[in-house]
Amino acid sequence: MSSTHHPAYVHHFENLGEQKEAATFGMWVFIAQEILFFGGLFGAYAVYRNLHPEAFYYGSHHLNIPLGAFNTAVLICSSLTMALGVHAAALGKRTQIVGWLLATVFLGSVFLGIKVVEYKEKFDHHLVPGTSFDASQLHMESIEDPALLAKAHKAAQIYYSLYFSMTGLHALHMIIGIPIILWIAARAWLGQFGPEYHSPVEIVGLYWHFVDIVWIFLFPLLYLIPKPH
Amino acid sequence: MQTEVVTTKSEGAVPGNGLDRENYINAKHGIWSWLLTTDHKRIAILYLITITLMFFLGGAFAAGVRLELMTPKGDLVDSDAYNKLFTMHGIVMVFFFLIPSIPAVLGNFLIPIMIGAKDLAFPKINLLSWYIYMAGAAFFMVATLFGGVETGWTFYTPYSTAFSHTNVILAAVGIFISGFSSILTGLNFIVTIHKMRAPGLTWFRMPLFVWAHYATSLIQILGTPVVAVTILMVAVERLLKLGLFDPALGGDPILFQHLFWFYSHPAVYIMILPGMGVMSELITAFTRKRVFGYEFIAISSLAIAVVGFLVWGHHMFVSGQSTYAGMVFSALSFLVAIPSAVKVFNWSATLYKGSVSWESPMMYAIGFIGLFTIGGLTGLFLAAMGLDIHMHDTYFVVAHFHYIMVGGAIFAYLGGIHFWWPKITGRMYPEYWARVAAVLVFAGFNLTFFPQFVVGYLGMPRRYHAYPDEFQVLNVMSTAGASLLGIAYLIPMLYLTWSLFAGKKAPANPWGAKGLEWTIQSPPTTFNFDHQPVVTEEAYAYAESHDTSHDPAAPPAQAHA
Repeated sequence: MSSTHHPAYVHHFENLGEQKEAATFGMWVFIAQEILFFGGLFGAYAVYRNLHPEAFYYGSHHLNIPLGAFNTAVLICSSLTMALGVHAAALGKRTQIVGWLLATVFLGSVFLGIKVVEYKEKFDHHLVPGTSFDASQLHMESIEDPALLAKAHKAAQIYYSLYFSMTGLHALHMIIGIPIILWIAARAWLGQFGPEYHSPVEIVGLYWHFVDIVWIFLFPLLYLIPKPH
Repeated sequence: MQTEVVTTKSEGAVPGNGLDRENYINAKHGIWSWLLTTDHKRIAILYLITITLMFFLGGAFAAGVRLELMTPKGDLVDSDAYNKLFTMHGIVMVFFFLIPSIPAVLGNFLIPIMIGAKDLAFPKINLLSWYIYMAGAAFFMVATLFGGVETGWTFYTPYSTAFSHTNVILAAVGIFISGFSSILTGLNFIVTIHKMRAPGLTWFRMPLFVWAHYATSLIQILGTPVVAVTILMVAVERLLKLGLFDPALGGDPILFQHLFWFYSHPAVYIMILPGMGVMSELITAFTRKRVFGYEFIAISSLAIAVVGFLVWGHHMFVSGQSTYAGMVFSALSFLVAIPSAVKVFNWSATLYKGSVSWESPMMYAIGFIGLFTIGGLTGLFLAAMGLDIHMHDTYFVVAHFHYIMVGGAIFAYLGGIHFWWPKITGRMYPEYWARVAAVLVFAGFNLTFFPQFVVGYLGMPRRYHAYPDEFQVLNVMSTAGASLLGIAYLIPMLYLTWSLFAGKKAPANPWGAKGLEWTIQSPPTTFNFDHQPVVTEEAYAYAESHDTSHDPAAPPAQAHA
């Protein structure tokens, strides 16, 4: 535990144990920061859904729930493979670490691929905010009050602005995460991790779980909006 | 505290001076040894140089503002150029000077030493944070070269998203990027303070400087990401025409103000809390006395950080937010004054029966107490909803926050730079000139900003380049004060630079102060301590030795009798 001869030991720490604690704690503090970073968008979501419930309902109606649900399952599986990778690192099983990390990268890439398909659908249906946005795609005719209908027609752009901002920021976190996992996998392949030292695997795991949890909130908030009464 | 008395027997050498021995400055040579360093002390120097440049850039914009306001007519610059001047002044001073100032320079240099560590927990991330700061500053500089930005430092929507024709995106991206430098600095401090304290250094033995930075770091971690994403939303709305705050689509520009002030009010505390930490060190060192009510000062820093997150609505009393929300925000704003007042009272009580001496850092510290008190009390005027309707967006507000940010934060910064200059550089600065500069800064500051309280109370609005004739006398006073202040800022710049080459060599502990940083040579070695220090007593244990100059445990040679 308290080896000061390990190759990964950095001199300014008392020992390897302190170094490991600092790294893990640092990632938790970083995650606290991330929660607030996403928090601004979640706050905006809460305000606008409250102001424009119809627009959010009809907007979400046009999202592809089966693909979203499948992606949720993919991400949960990737969290499992990541956890197994961390477990293998703690046991020092080199090929297993690499295998589980590569499985995580594969599942993350599947998620992003499906996200691209979903984004393309929105482009094809003119549901990307801006001058080409076409709210008639959302079939809001069942709103009887004409004033409410006009309001929902405009506010649908706000829903899609949030949809793209939130899922885009989430996807960006995955795009950053994947090369980091690949780098950690390469280090694992070189045999740098074992029972004594594996905090890089552990903290990249924490990051990955955090990104997954953000999606667990995004999926119901964006896809599964019930009809307002 | 257990001291590691560094002495040298060689003839004519100053005890504890490390300029002729190995130290962090001469340990390595060449530009890359600085640009790629992971030594927290060298990174602090990198920050010191860059934020000093930023300070004078922000000062130049302020000079433009004050020159225009000499005369009631808008005759020097037109209204667009004037809008750019005050916007750029605000952005540079807030985001590129005040927020990094004390934490990134003094905090970076001192926190590991004060807690008995060899470095911050993540030295590479520390270096990265400086590069991120430089990248943010570069974006902002490009925005400046392309003609600047005129939205006000607050970027209020929908003006910033739909109407402004200036370089909002570049400036916003610059601020977004520099925010991550602040976040990473805070992260580094929190982990370092939690995990790397020397044996025996319990939480309630830590210097109050460290407590103040811990509280600051909490705000940096929990506040800065919110403004980062908000500024990003503005940039994305302009760039991709998303409708996040657009009232034409049913978006709410007031939501921007809520998100912006959720960070930007706590950001005020990012600027002042480290200054309060410096104050506790200065006051105890120059009264040679234990600080009064250590625990209260320590906890009040945390209280300011926590309550500071709940007061943002007091910037929005006239925005149309609910009256009831306004009442709650008003009450909470009064509440946050309590921990600030606790500090002021405790510093004052520390002076009582202390052996007070008037070295230049102490002059800044005493100036801080008076000016911060005025700034704080006028803050209560503005936190009162009824009075705020009258004074909102007048020069009264401008005067109020300059008393906090300049009278508070910059006084503490200058006091701290002088106090730790011998430790940082191994050289003493000329005390006479330092006192002259301190007096001039104080006089210039008050002449600049006190008239603004009056002119604001009389109804002069902020952010206009022209004003009615009857306000001219007060504005000329203010401009005269600003000129004096500008000169007064240049004096330390000159003599501190001079002292690097010709200043007297500094001993390990020129002030006879307590704290681990004074037990090691000036300037310190790369790893700060030759042996792991062990702390056996509380901070500021001055009472045990009545005469520090004859205490064998405290290195000798007080600079001042």
